[in-house]
Amino acid sequence: MDPQQPEPVVYLCGDCGAECPLKSGDVIQCRDCGYRILYKKRTRRIVQYEAR
Amino acid sequence: MSKGSFTSALNMPDVPMGKLPDHLEVQRTRVVCKADAPIHTEGIQFSGAYAAVGVDNSNPLDKFKRDFKIDVIRLTKDEMEFDMIGIDAAIANAFRRILISEVPTMTIDKVFMVDNTSPIVDEVLAHRLGLIPLDADPRLFEYMSEHDVPNERNTIVYRLNVSCEKGSPRLTVKSDQLEWLPDGSKLHEVAPSYPGEQQKTYTSFSGSQLEVSRRALGVKHKDITIARLGPGQTIELEAHAVKGIGKVHAKWSPVATAWYRMLPEVILLKEIKGEEAKKLVKKCPVKVFDIEDLGNGEERAVVKSPRACTLCRECLRGESEEQIELRRVRDHFIFTIESASALPPEVLFKEAVEVLHEKCDRVISELS
Repeated sequence: MDPQQPEPVVYLCGDCGAECPLKSGDVIQCRDCGYRILYKKRTRRIVQYEAR
Repeated sequence: MSKGSFTSALNMPDVPMGKLPDHLEVQRTRVVCKADAPIHTEGIQFSGAYAAVGVDNSNPLDKFKRDFKIDVIRLTKDEMEFDMIGIDAAIANAFRRILISEVPTMTIDKVFMVDNTSPIVDEVLAHRLGLIPLDADPRLFEYMSEHDVPNERNTIVYRLNVSCEKGSPRLTVKSDQLEWLPDGSKLHEVAPSYPGEQQKTYTSFSGSQLEVSRRALGVKHKDITIARLGPGQTIELEAHAVKGIGKVHAKWSPVATAWYRMLPEVILLKEIKGEEAKKLVKKCPVKVFDIEDLGNGEERAVVKSPRACTLCRECLRGESEEQIELRRVRDHFIFTIESASALPPEVLFKEAVEVLHEKCDRVISELS
């Protein structure tokens, strides 16, 4: 991975729910509807539960 | 017992030797239910309880073998009713308790959550998965103890991977969407550092589980709702089922309860005629009584179906209290088993007998 080109992080739009990849320096705004509140996605790290 | 002209009280002509007088026989074999409370609830166990009247109260094995009987009344795929006759309440109750808490089943016990954006939280979702009855014969599997590695003989792996597309209507996730993975877990404990790297998964299967069970291991009921997803929501998880017993957690209990009741016996002490008989028939909510036409315009009450009696004691209220006696037969049990697992109820009962057998063997080997 090139350290000069950081991997975009995918956020979810708080209004329309569309996925919105952002890189550092980008304007925090949904590309579909222009809403300015974005949410981070849940981690895909595995969590173990007891089914009790 | 009698010598010459002397007549013993125990040898009177209306009380034949070797047989108990009627009132004692009722006390020995029946529980009598009075209007306020039952009497003679405790069984008489002592073999010499009636030695003074020359009656043997022992129950040797050959007598038990001769008298013990099981009558199957009703048998469907998931439900069974049978009469167990000639057995002590302690043993009938032992079977009931073993069925509920000591006959093993396979049930989801560990849930590996990769993603869950549904409104139902992880812990609750895991708990719901645990309660789903699986269609897997527990006799083919082994218990997994603390230091065991999950393998194809002790763990069944299911995967649930559903998502609701954006713009589509709400999606209901049903139990049949749990997908059986016969080759074990597909999740890696550590993410692979390069594509295609062989990584350790959460199970170590040495072969396909199809060799353990020839049948596909699905769920028992295909229409159990697990969760509901809104547009854009996802569930991705793996669920590992292991063998266990209801004593540890009720989710492993193979029955949706097993219970018994003693056979009811309804006795009319006096003849009940005319208007009173009609009143009595109307009083009983489960229609135990019926009217018999005696001809010449007279009618009397008869006991038609005592088995239906729920012992509500409604018939004992009011003036009819002295006319009717409600009893239960002490050694006759109407047993009902409702299966909620892969095995049918008659097999579950056999398994329960086997569990008690093993317990007895253990006691014998401890004592010898």
